[in-house]
Amino acid sequence: MSTKSNKVIGEPMNRVDGKLKVTGAATYSAEYKLANIAYAVLVSSTITKGTIKNIDTKAAENAPGVIAVISHVNSIKVPGYQEQHGEPGQPKPAGRPLRVFYDNKVYFNGQPIAVVVAGTFERARYAASLVKVQYDKETPQTAFEENMNKAIVPEQAKQNPKAAVADYTRGTPDGYASAPVKIETEYFQPTEFHNPMELQSIIAHWETDDRLTLYDKVQGTQPTQQNFAREWQIPVENIKVISTFVGGAFGNGLRNWPHETAAIIAAKMVNRPVKLMLTREQMFYMVGYRPRTWQKINMGATQDGKLVGITHSVVGQTSSYEQFTEGTLQQTRTLYECPNISTRYRLLPLHVSTPTPMRGPGEATGAWALECAIDEMAHALNIDPIEFRLRNYPEKDPDNGKPWSSNYIRDCYKMGAEAIGWKNRKQQPGMLRDGDWQIGYGMAIGMFGANRQAAKVRGKLYGDGTVLMQCAVTDIGPGTGTAMTQIAADNMSLPVEKVTFQWGNSDFPEMGNQGGSSTVNSVGPAVVAACNSIKQKLLEMAGRNKQEFANAKMEEVMFEEGKLFPKDKSTSIAYEDILKGGGARDIDVIEGARPGSERQQYAMYAFSMHFAEVHVHAVTGQTKVAKVVACADAGRIINKKTAGNQMIGGVSGGIGMALEEEAVIDDRFGRYITKDLADYHVAVHADVPKVEVLFVDKPDLLVDPIGSKGLGEIAIIGVAPAIANAIFNATGKRIRELPITPDKLI
Amino acid sequence: MNEQEPFCPNESRRSFLKKSTVITAVALTPAAAINAANNHWDEHIAAAIENVSLSVEINGTRHTMDIDPRTSLLDLLRENLHLTGTKKGCDYGQCGACTVHVNGERVLSCLTLAATTDGSKVTTIEGLANGDELHPMQAAFIKHDGFQCGYCTPGQIMSAVACIREGHASSRDQIREYMSGNICRCGAYPNIVDAIEEVQKGGQKV
Repeated sequence: MSTKSNKVIGEPMNRVDGKLKVTGAATYSAEYKLANIAYAVLVSSTITKGTIKNIDTKAAENAPGVIAVISHVNSIKVPGYQEQHGEPGQPKPAGRPLRVFYDNKVYFNGQPIAVVVAGTFERARYAASLVKVQYDKETPQTAFEENMNKAIVPEQAKQNPKAAVADYTRGTPDGYASAPVKIETEYFQPTEFHNPMELQSIIAHWETDDRLTLYDKVQGTQPTQQNFAREWQIPVENIKVISTFVGGAFGNGLRNWPHETAAIIAAKMVNRPVKLMLTREQMFYMVGYRPRTWQKINMGATQDGKLVGITHSVVGQTSSYEQFTEGTLQQTRTLYECPNISTRYRLLPLHVSTPTPMRGPGEATGAWALECAIDEMAHALNIDPIEFRLRNYPEKDPDNGKPWSSNYIRDCYKMGAEAIGWKNRKQQPGMLRDGDWQIGYGMAIGMFGANRQAAKVRGKLYGDGTVLMQCAVTDIGPGTGTAMTQIAADNMSLPVEKVTFQWGNSDFPEMGNQGGSSTVNSVGPAVVAACNSIKQKLLEMAGRNKQEFANAKMEEVMFEEGKLFPKDKSTSIAYEDILKGGGARDIDVIEGARPGSERQQYAMYAFSMHFAEVHVHAVTGQTKVAKVVACADAGRIINKKTAGNQMIGGVSGGIGMALEEEAVIDDRFGRYITKDLADYHVAVHADVPKVEVLFVDKPDLLVDPIGSKGLGEIAIIGVAPAIANAIFNATGKRIRELPITPDKLI
Repeated sequence: MNEQEPFCPNESRRSFLKKSTVITAVALTPAAAINAANNHWDEHIAAAIENVSLSVEINGTRHTMDIDPRTSLLDLLRENLHLTGTKKGCDYGQCGACTVHVNGERVLSCLTLAATTDGSKVTTIEGLANGDELHPMQAAFIKHDGFQCGYCTPGQIMSAVACIREGHASSRDQIREYMSGNICRCGAYPNIVDAIEEVQKGGQKV
């Protein structure tokens, strides 16, 4: 068989849902119109640790239009609460997820402790302000540095000495110490919030006593379905989750949160569909964050720039009831050829809510320390930081000795250096100036596992020659629907106009979360499998009705422009005519694809390299990012427009991480001071320059048959250290605490 | 537009009326209302006070209705009229997702009490296109991929149109400055600026 392909794969095609998004017709979770809907508003704890002594809901209950006020006092029992440990198909921190309205215990400030349901939003919001709570307060601990000595070994590491967060040694423990040139540095990164523009929202609707429909803002329809099936002890098929349009997530939709259960409880108790939309302030307390992390790096190298050893220690924040860990140390083990590596991961439980993966989880944090330290060492050795990295390029994965499935990082050095104008960089900092502006260049690398999940896709070829594809996958913004349409069009040899891809519905075939940069790698191959299955059936049907194709094998025919041809092209038959001849209305298949043993044989990673030119004002300390070059070795790029946009978005997020984003907690009360977008600064238009995106664009067919390696995480990993390194190059000031605000530079 | 809740006399009326500053601000006769509550006249009175009449033209269609005076223009659009293209991103006037045009100027609908738009003309993202023909700014956003998740997009587009009309789109730097009230957490900013710049340079009527 041959299918004329690569007609649209790689093309910068406009998004298939672009028109819906620019006309306001795209429907997000809180926007479904249901009859008799009620509005829920959460009441949050104003203390950080302790118990609820008394909750006075009388005034709220009596307020106009209030249907119910629900708290631990009167909530129905959630049947799965008794045995719930972790959530199927979702990241599983050790510990127990918060059980909303379960008892009178308060674990963190802002914890949802009651929900008010009313016929209108205004009435619910007002009534929520009338709920009066008395507490027995205990002294909370939320200060990070003061409590660092209380950091603990993660449970995972205790149970499994081979766990990723267990202490790790390669070569000699603390082998850096024997090197002639040594540095010791500490880096700090504050808590950062995902803050997607869409507030976390859910409409919960019990269609019957044991059938539940959720319009929910999540990154996985089926993981959500499985979680709530377990929580409510009802069959999975009784739950339907719709998440067609998701207004950004960046990781905070990877697991289910207490507000979702609160809405489901409320809907059950008032026997109406209930809509619950968090406030922006609640988004800072209830739906996870990138945890505060302290890191220390000891690095040793020879005078000629060969790494001798790295010891990397981490303390990451978690909550008092769950242990959240992430891949902060992976790059230290993998990114450079280095004979002696020691890593140590510790957790600091505080009276805060549980962190959750945020774009480039762990790796973005780890790269912030590692890639700054590499820059510091290059400076100590007086070697160009690109040259230093090249001298320590690993020919295979130093962590396990496996060959790379692909690694074009050396191509990225060349492409990126040229695009940013690296030749203008001075090795000594503080040498370039334009008036009061000090100019500097910096770069950093990022890497992330080229992950792949099992996935299934339904493919349906209709009698009019159009194709419908369906998968339960969500699309939180990267353009999954568009990429899958392109893959299906090429593989069916049809124009994109004849292909429709539907997503975001748990009734569709299997897929887990849209997370870990795994979507194209996972769903793409399932789309191809569904196309191949349809084509096989087309050939069989044609063979029964058209002599030329009788007993023909797939390798003896061609599929081109919606038609089936024999190899010699002596005849052809359109898909529509094959169906007509076979008396079939359609061809309907469900096919899956899953990773295989190649995963054990190769080290599979996507790589990014970011180059930044910054201008730092010598008087005010203001940093302007003048230009960024974002280079990605992410395998085959399906759509250069949407993929390029994803890289740009990672740079925007990285600029925020480098220069602006910082959660500040008032440790007297355990409450965030930065709890809205005026105090918690994210990058805005004025902060983000033109970004030049470069793709290596070489398929990695070992990762998956599409050849893609994933993009979402590497887009941000390395941006913050690239900017920090550029600031050092501009000013000679090495700032090791994010964000790099003007006060740290004057 | 309020759904009518059943009559249920209760004790909370007094505090409800005293504490609702919004009602105090726009109520017809606040003193009388509080007096009524003190006398347990209750839900009927509350229901009356929770209704102010509003006549507003939205996307060329006049809507006349009674609304809860606490209703923001944003919630009026989204919840009462089901014009959900206008987005709630913070409800504090800090993100720009709810940007609409009132009498031709960009405003944050979350910070605008619906009652204050009586007699106004409101344009939302749903009213920007000319039938099936997209507004040039909408077309440029698609072409330049000025969005990812799409949630901030209606606000960005409404702001972008206003930005050109105001004469604040003469350079990329000026566009970036005058668009900085519209946050895009997906970070598609340079593409948005590309779209605005193209429309501005194209000289089409916006």
